[in-house]
Amino acid sequence: MKIIVIDDEVLARSIVKEYLQKHPQLELVAECGDGFEGLKAIQQHDPDLVFLDIQMPKISGFEMLELIEKPPAVIFTTAFDEFAIKAFEAHAVDYLLKPFNQERFDKAIAKWLEQQNKPSESKTEELLETASQSPSQSSRIVVKNGSKIKIIPVHDIFFLEAADDYVKIHTQEGYFLKNKTMNHFEQVLDRQQFVRSHRSYIVNVQQITRIDPYEKDNHVAILRTGAKVPVSRGGYGKLKSVLGL
Amino acid sequence: MPASPFRRRRFLIAFSIAWLILMVDHTLLLYWLDFPVAASIIDSGISNTTLLLTCLLVMNSIRYYVPDVAQYMNVLAMCIIFTVLWLLLNKWLLTITLGEYVEYSRFLIRSLPVRGSMGFLILGMTTMMVITWFHSQELQLNEQRKADAEKLTKEAELFKLRQQLQPHFLFNSLNSINALIGLRPQEARKMVQQLSDFLRGTLKKEETQWVNLQEELQYLQLYLDIEQVRFGNRLSTETTVGEDTTSMKLPALLLQPIVENAIKFGLYDTTGETVIRLATSKQKADLVIMVSNPFDPETSSPKQGTGFGLKSVQRRLYLLFARTDLLATEVKGNIFTTIVRIPQLHGATVAADTKKI
Repeated sequence: MKIIVIDDEVLARSIVKEYLQKHPQLELVAECGDGFEGLKAIQQHDPDLVFLDIQMPKISGFEMLELIEKPPAVIFTTAFDEFAIKAFEAHAVDYLLKPFNQERFDKAIAKWLEQQNKPSESKTEELLETASQSPSQSSRIVVKNGSKIKIIPVHDIFFLEAADDYVKIHTQEGYFLKNKTMNHFEQVLDRQQFVRSHRSYIVNVQQITRIDPYEKDNHVAILRTGAKVPVSRGGYGKLKSVLGL
Repeated sequence: MPASPFRRRRFLIAFSIAWLILMVDHTLLLYWLDFPVAASIIDSGISNTTLLLTCLLVMNSIRYYVPDVAQYMNVLAMCIIFTVLWLLLNKWLLTITLGEYVEYSRFLIRSLPVRGSMGFLILGMTTMMVITWFHSQELQLNEQRKADAEKLTKEAELFKLRQQLQPHFLFNSLNSINALIGLRPQEARKMVQQLSDFLRGTLKKEETQWVNLQEELQYLQLYLDIEQVRFGNRLSTETTVGEDTTSMKLPALLLQPIVENAIKFGLYDTTGETVIRLATSKQKADLVIMVSNPFDPETSSPKQGTGFGLKSVQRRLYLLFARTDLLATEVKGNIFTTIVRIPQLHGATVAADTKKI
């Protein structure tokens, strides 16, 4: 079975390698120092299990997983992250707290092997949903643009638009697609800055220059860039309360 | 301003009942003294309504200025004055309404001392009660405030403690040691020593202390050495110590968060090799320290916010020197530089200033 280790510290990877020696049926196919490398390796090798650190350069372990359509089984390794630990516990995902010993490591492996025999639904999705509400992650959104990875700071977002199963994130550089729901973004983004102005639109209030009436009950928000964002009757009420009108 | 006792429903009900009893009692008394029913009711109505209004007036003015419990004389004087005023008003009103009965007029004059005494007693009682109520209200508010302040202090202390221990750094270092024990035991032993020295330094130093630059640099070197073990070749540091700066002084642990910041953005958040530069120099009489690190403009933008979270350093410098121009940051390409200027205070000034923090 194929294993990948992703951690930005060499020594942290080597301890996992050392503990893996007791499990000859598990073959280490790649070790990676950051989320970008990890993403590539996972797509290349399609591993059975990944040991994943959370705090890493550029993109976190959670953000990396978000970019994979069918995430592999993961055992998280982390030193100290209260938020992540809460998320793990809420979704019963196994995690190893650094430093950990061989015994604890073996236990995690055994648990994973046991779960493999039973067909069980993946908990990763719910875990990521919880994790994306962490304060460190709600300030940016990581998207995949072709083979490239783009990190969008939330204050660079103009507005969000629903598009079938995706959400279009409109920025200075055009739009990016993210496989999430509008409700997800409404939850994650700061409500004082991002207002659900319409069933299919979330707008960054700092970008609005004016709001014009449009047809019967509706309005339209004009952004600095000239873009027009529809505002429903309910959305107009929300905008007014955020803008303090 | 404390809340009015009338906000309490039960107080309002009890107060109204007491006044009703007073009015009925007054009426019955006059009737028993052979006055006609109508006259009895009018007398009681006028006397007690005006007394009620006087009481409310006193209660309301006390609400704006609650007298100290010890100011008995003031309260007494106030009650007497209000009683006399009430009595004069009452007599005038009763003379207008019931003055035509000769018998009643004589009774009114003769009963004035009794009316006055009763009025004084009722007014006095109400006043004392209200003062007590307001004092208890104030006491409650004060206690609440005190509890809130204590809670805040505790939370701040806890936060500081946690920051000092830097759990993320600590556990990751222990994890590195764990790996080294298997791979290179000699290095593991060295790192245990470094980590211990570093932690001891953190615990020993008070933020109010002033230290030599050399001492502080040695301490920072421990921290950088540990990070070097964790990140291997990725991290290198260049320290340039200017001539005659080694014996200059600076507040303890002031540089620590600046270097941590450099590591955080230069090392934790980038993937390539990182050089952290530290340079000290003497400018005029001040000690100037520059710390620079590369950063990734894609994932972090130093322009916005507090400039990489150096707020606490800024705050400390302000508390120490009452100046806001001692900390500066600059961005050149992908290099972020923090410049801190430390005025050299001497002797008594240092001691006096450091006590304030």
